[in-house]
Amino acid sequence: MNNNTYDVIIIGAGSIGVPTAVSLSEKGKRVLVLDELSGPGQSNNKKAIGGVRATHSDYGKLSVCKRSIEIFSTWKEEHNYDIGWRSNGYSYPAWNDKDSETLQAMVRSLQSMGLNIMWITPDEYNKLVPGIKMEGLRGSTFSPEDGSCSPLLAMSAFHKRASELGAKFHFNEEVKEFELENNKVVALVTDKTKYYCSEVINASGNNARAIGKKVGLNLPVFPDNHEAGITEPVKRFFEPMVIDMRKAPGSANYYFYQNHEGQVVFCITPDPPIVGVDNLSTSEFLPLVTKRMLDIYPRLKYLKLRRTWRGQYPMTPDGFPIVGRTKEIPNFINAVGMCGQGFMLGPGLGELLTKIVMNEVTADDEKQLKSFDLYREFSGMEAFK
Amino acid sequence: MVEQRIRNHPVLDMPEINDFVTFYWNKQPLSARRGEMIASALMANGIRVFGHHHADNTAQGIFCANGQCAKCTVIANGIPVKSCMTPVKENMIVESAEGLPDLPNDPNPVEMSDIEELPADVLIIGGGPAGLSAAIEMGKRNIKALLIDDKEVLGGKLVLQTHKFFGSQADSRAGTRGNDIGKILAEEVSQYESIEIWTESTVLFVFSDKKVGILKQDEYKIVTPKLILNAAGAREKFLRFNGNTLAGIYGAGAFQTLVNRDLVKPTERLFIVGGGNVGLIAGYHALQAGINVVGLVEAAPSCGGYKVHADKLVRLGVPIYTSHSILSANGTETVEGITIVQVDDKFQQIPGTEKSFSCDTILMAVGLDSLDEFTQEAVQARLPVMAAGDAFEIAEASSAMFNGKIVGLKICKEMGADVEDVPQEWYDKANLLKSHPGQIKAYNYSDSEEGVMPIIHCLQEIPCNPCTTVCPVNAIKIDDGGLMGTPYYTEKCIGCGKCVVICPGLAITLVDYRKDQEHPLVTLPYEVGNFMIKEGDIVEVNNIDGVSLGHYPVISVQMFPKQKTQTIKIEVDREIAKQVASFRIQDDTISAPLDQAIIPNMEDDGMVCLCERVRVKDVRALIKQGIYDMNQIKAITRAGMGPCGAKTCDVLLKQVMRQEGVPADHVVPNTKRPVFIEAQLSVFAGGKREE
Repeated sequence: MNNNTYDVIIIGAGSIGVPTAVSLSEKGKRVLVLDELSGPGQSNNKKAIGGVRATHSDYGKLSVCKRSIEIFSTWKEEHNYDIGWRSNGYSYPAWNDKDSETLQAMVRSLQSMGLNIMWITPDEYNKLVPGIKMEGLRGSTFSPEDGSCSPLLAMSAFHKRASELGAKFHFNEEVKEFELENNKVVALVTDKTKYYCSEVINASGNNARAIGKKVGLNLPVFPDNHEAGITEPVKRFFEPMVIDMRKAPGSANYYFYQNHEGQVVFCITPDPPIVGVDNLSTSEFLPLVTKRMLDIYPRLKYLKLRRTWRGQYPMTPDGFPIVGRTKEIPNFINAVGMCGQGFMLGPGLGELLTKIVMNEVTADDEKQLKSFDLYREFSGMEAFK
Repeated sequence: MVEQRIRNHPVLDMPEINDFVTFYWNKQPLSARRGEMIASALMANGIRVFGHHHADNTAQGIFCANGQCAKCTVIANGIPVKSCMTPVKENMIVESAEGLPDLPNDPNPVEMSDIEELPADVLIIGGGPAGLSAAIEMGKRNIKALLIDDKEVLGGKLVLQTHKFFGSQADSRAGTRGNDIGKILAEEVSQYESIEIWTESTVLFVFSDKKVGILKQDEYKIVTPKLILNAAGAREKFLRFNGNTLAGIYGAGAFQTLVNRDLVKPTERLFIVGGGNVGLIAGYHALQAGINVVGLVEAAPSCGGYKVHADKLVRLGVPIYTSHSILSANGTETVEGITIVQVDDKFQQIPGTEKSFSCDTILMAVGLDSLDEFTQEAVQARLPVMAAGDAFEIAEASSAMFNGKIVGLKICKEMGADVEDVPQEWYDKANLLKSHPGQIKAYNYSDSEEGVMPIIHCLQEIPCNPCTTVCPVNAIKIDDGGLMGTPYYTEKCIGCGKCVVICPGLAITLVDYRKDQEHPLVTLPYEVGNFMIKEGDIVEVNNIDGVSLGHYPVISVQMFPKQKTQTIKIEVDREIAKQVASFRIQDDTISAPLDQAIIPNMEDDGMVCLCERVRVKDVRALIKQGIYDMNQIKAITRAGMGPCGAKTCDVLLKQVMRQEGVPADHVVPNTKRPVFIEAQLSVFAGGKREE
């Protein structure tokens, strides 16, 4: 076995690739992570705003994120490295009867799936988010075990841990082509050299489709652009992630929370979507998002905006990821199309991918992976997208 | 508490009306000049610590005095604000910012409106020497432009310059003081109908949809220009050293803002780091304001600024330590002293050569960087852009004015005006004006000891010639009739003294043998009125290098009000008359080092990011691990995530990379993102800034 031979090569040192490298290395696999950028998390991981929730209507996402939350929330004590985890909870407030009914039905359904989530009154919500607009407020969901974590610190922690366990990271290196034998990948050629491996994991975010094409797969992953911002830090004044699901001209939902540093981080979903990859900010974002935020939370008016940035959600047609082995090339495993949820899915998915590699997938794992199947219809829609 | 205000000044006009209001600082009533910034009012009351950083509880005070960082944050009437940009109001409750501030719980909704979008032909960012000069060219030719400046008064850094300018009288108003040039340019620009001016307005970003977000006073506007002129100037560099976060360390810009704009005396004992023109001139400004200058340290073997500026300081009694660098700022919360150390020809510190001084403020003047963000953003947005002045390249203001004029004409052409091409001689002149100082030559004067004659103590080639154009009998010349060269006296001096008064370097004296050949009268220019000189005083005269030539009596003091310069006539002995260049005003005891040098903990070489309190050693450890991506360093340490937007640490980080032997092309630069300075969320929703 020479130096260029690995058990698993992961393409993409991002939200999925790096925690997966941790998990595989813990199982003793010889892992190489390749990335065309100069360091871990330099594409969309660092653009994530850091929210982590198990509040998903899909069993797979819910279970994977639950596991992610366990990993994030215990990281500091297990590895003596603070990644900024806070169990601040998630909330979906409602300002009209229709939303209130939909959300309450959702709460009941998630409760039956074992999630710690409740419906709270406007007064109770005002205690969690003091100063929130009370006029017309019907109540809110609240899932106290959801939380937030610094994507930057978590990435650096996972990278450090994987490296300590022996995983190799090669940056500034681009995957050019795959060598196949009997419908299996045997080697991977980059702009620098050639590697041999038993398994490949495609965790390449925005590049998922292009990488898939190199082995003849048609992966329906199309990034669209989202913009986010962050304020100066102040003392903690509210707890949960606040998600306003309503649509308004120019935008769908938007959300904000106060991170572990005391800064308010916010993001909005443009409507119609801005398809493609364009990291340059436009003048439209700030007026669009601030008007909506200040409408429901006037208190934010005093906060100074510090920075804004743009990133992508690598979208699939139905909003669910594509995870699992491919029929065409069984040792080519996809973990793509995270639809903007890569950061929260990453650690849990890393463990699931490890089981796929080890061929130790259980019946429950199968159940989780069902809606992530590449060969599905892509016609469903998730409620808590 | 003694009020630290400048009550008289040789150059600056004192306000005629002294209208003071009461405000409260941590419950204590204090007095402020109506309308002045909170920071200036605090400094004027001797308060230097404005709060403590949330990360490490260390003291913070004034730093940029320009709204760029947030180190001067205080809580004014319950809201965290930048004290350098927020005017004091009567009975305002101001509190120090201790750790993270509380956000007021005010449920009142924001009055929102649609953001006004305005078209513009040319958008000029910055109303300093370059922006104003360009605007004049556009105004003359009726080209429409919108000029944006973040200050109340146009002129940029010219407003803060109390010294006479170099260059030539014709091209850059040499011999006129910077603040007066600022006024002249601003007045001219305001006469042109095609130039719209927004003061107290800040460009926040040039967005990729070719729209420019501007905070116009308290309102956010979006401007769509056809072309941008970036004349936003420069930012000051900083250094890494032990204690570099102490309150009382700031740049020349902040110093000149406090002293020359706000007439505050922020220090009793100043030490300057950096011997370029900026540092040397700031030292002179300090003396003019009646501030003691303990010393100036320069790492190179000689000062990079004009020799006449350095000579001026040395002769007045300020020691300049060349081949020395700052080792530490000493003190617990504010600066109490400085330790400097000698460096070898490779800029390595030589242990055992440390000297410590007592001082209360350290002024950093270690170079400037072009403020090129707006240019880069415009290029990214594919919006036509030009740059002028320091935003284009770092040079003197005289050069910025001329270069602004050239770019202004180019823009006129670009915008379709029927104008001539920029004449070649303009380019030649522009090149000349930005020349670095050249050779140092020997004195060039005749042996004659009869009559009256100027002695020219200007021995270094610099782009400057007002002495040659002011002389009514054309007795002073520069070879080739040029600008760059050293002037020399030919003959026929009539003793009018105009050259003495106009010389920006204060480097011409007049020696008059006519009355008493053995005891000639030497006429010296003087403009440091806070150290008063009067007839009958005995002064210690010195030569160009500050070497004492003995004590001699002052015979007369004459004021030239228009030039705000005095001429001092001193009767000296014939043997030394031509050597006399000046006299000492600051005595040795002020600049004496402490008996014992204070050696800092050498393990700690300070902070690389002051906003987020990131230590140099932590960043160095990452670089040693092979992390050359500034974005990754930022992700791990937060260096560059603070309010200033990596304006300070960007350069420092690159220096550490270089020091660790990382080739420049291996360093992945920090991604710059909106916005240029922090602004309240309310303004983006079409509301007003909240107070």
